[in-house]
Amino acid sequence: MPAITYVSPSGEAQTVDVPVGDSVMEGAVQNAIDGILAECGGARQCATCHVYVDEAFLDRLEPIEEPEDEMLTVTASPRKANSRLSCQIPVTKALDGLIVHLPPTQK
Amino acid sequence: MAAGVVIAGAGQAGFQVAFSLRSRGYGGPITLIGDEPHVPYQRPPLSKGFLAGKQEVRHLHLRPSPYYATQKIDFVSGETVTGIDRASRRIQLSSGSTVPYETLVLALGARVRLLPIPGAQFDGVCYLRSLDDAIGVRSRLQSAANVVVVGGGFIGLELAAVARAAGKRVTVVEVQSRLMPRVVSPVISEYYARLHADQGVEIKLDTGPIEFAASNGKTSGVVLKDTTEIPADLVVAGIGVLPNMALAENAGLETGNGIIVDSHLRTSDPCIYAIGDCASHPDPFTGSRVRIESVQNAVDQAACVAAAICGEPKPYDEVPWFWTDQFDVKLQMAGLSAGYDHATTRGDPANRKFSVFYFRNGRLIAVDSINRPADHIAARKLLARRTPLTPLQAADESVDLKSLAERPEALR
Repeated sequence: MPAITYVSPSGEAQTVDVPVGDSVMEGAVQNAIDGILAECGGARQCATCHVYVDEAFLDRLEPIEEPEDEMLTVTASPRKANSRLSCQIPVTKALDGLIVHLPPTQK
Repeated sequence: MAAGVVIAGAGQAGFQVAFSLRSRGYGGPITLIGDEPHVPYQRPPLSKGFLAGKQEVRHLHLRPSPYYATQKIDFVSGETVTGIDRASRRIQLSSGSTVPYETLVLALGARVRLLPIPGAQFDGVCYLRSLDDAIGVRSRLQSAANVVVVGGGFIGLELAAVARAAGKRVTVVEVQSRLMPRVVSPVISEYYARLHADQGVEIKLDTGPIEFAASNGKTSGVVLKDTTEIPADLVVAGIGVLPNMALAENAGLETGNGIIVDSHLRTSDPCIYAIGDCASHPDPFTGSRVRIESVQNAVDQAACVAAAICGEPKPYDEVPWFWTDQFDVKLQMAGLSAGYDHATTRGDPANRKFSVFYFRNGRLIAVDSINRPADHIAARKLLARRTPLTPLQAADESVDLKSLAERPEALR
């Protein structure tokens, strides 16, 4: 299984194996990683699974679609160029080693 | 030891109280009591991705089982709260034991409305509310050929879409004259009727089942009011839910259409809160009482109560939002449209991208958006800030709703 690393705002890294096909959000929720709320469960409705994707992996992600783009305008922490909703990043083999940084707040 | 917080009901709302309390650093005891055998899970996928086989049970868990012990949340499954002794501040459980509380949160949810007609007990007549219901319906759906959905609301239509996508012959029976009649305007209802018809779902309006037919105890058909019979080996009824409030009634708490709470979500006993599907709260936008069945309402009310328990009480004041996925169409709703006196459309339904703006006494009260996420987000901001908007502005695509919603002078 691909390994995904979640880095807290204070810099603590937690690496977990996430099944291919699950989203980066589901990887966090199923491992009870702090800092991802995912209140709507991945329906692109709540913007509480916001992450900053490590620059090295940005070009391996599918482009942002309009519903995600809109939700990214209402994140609790500032949107940056590498902002994504982690529910919209399906884990693939190509994403093995992905690092995402968690924002200071989700709500 | 202090008695702490006891949460009756371990659905999305109950879970969220425990989660928010610990996230806020609440250090007292938390007991979370659920009557199902599962750890708290999400319900929306039960009629969508889970039913379609795209998600498994592990995807539904709000947090994994070890989370509760790690966070010192005493999660009790398979138990019902049978009574509240308000004088001694203890609850009774179905197992006979009692649990003391300092603060009690009632997150009792709702139960499905049952079909009161002959044959409703036949094997093959199902409901969809719990995970166990969904596991059953999903398994029956695999072998079913003819599916009849009773009720053209969200659950019924989502289920119809999944069943149709799986190649089943699907009929939806709705007693009202249009789909989702309680919650959307006719233009949205018509759009969905066409969508389902185009996908091959048969929609029968203004009628309902009067009995079920069976052979060897298994459902074989649905008899409608005009006595025509539709073949059916699987019937799923989605005809609404009723709030669970007997526990509150028996404890002498005030109830109506749900457990009555004030603007801070407190019941008539200041030590007891009620939230989510079971609670009737004063709508901060209109002042009238509402009971809302949604994830947003469950989560935000839970967070509001957790804040109050942690010493930061504030009135509940969130814009309701909701979504439904049917086939490849997403409907996003902001606000509550009930009681609107004027509706105007932005965009063209023929392009599959449009929004309906609802007004009451000249004030915007709700927006339903189909495949227009930007309108939905703008609507949430406009409603939260009570930004004035005229029907003419709403219908005029040259008016930039987003910048209107973000204008600083619009802030309260």
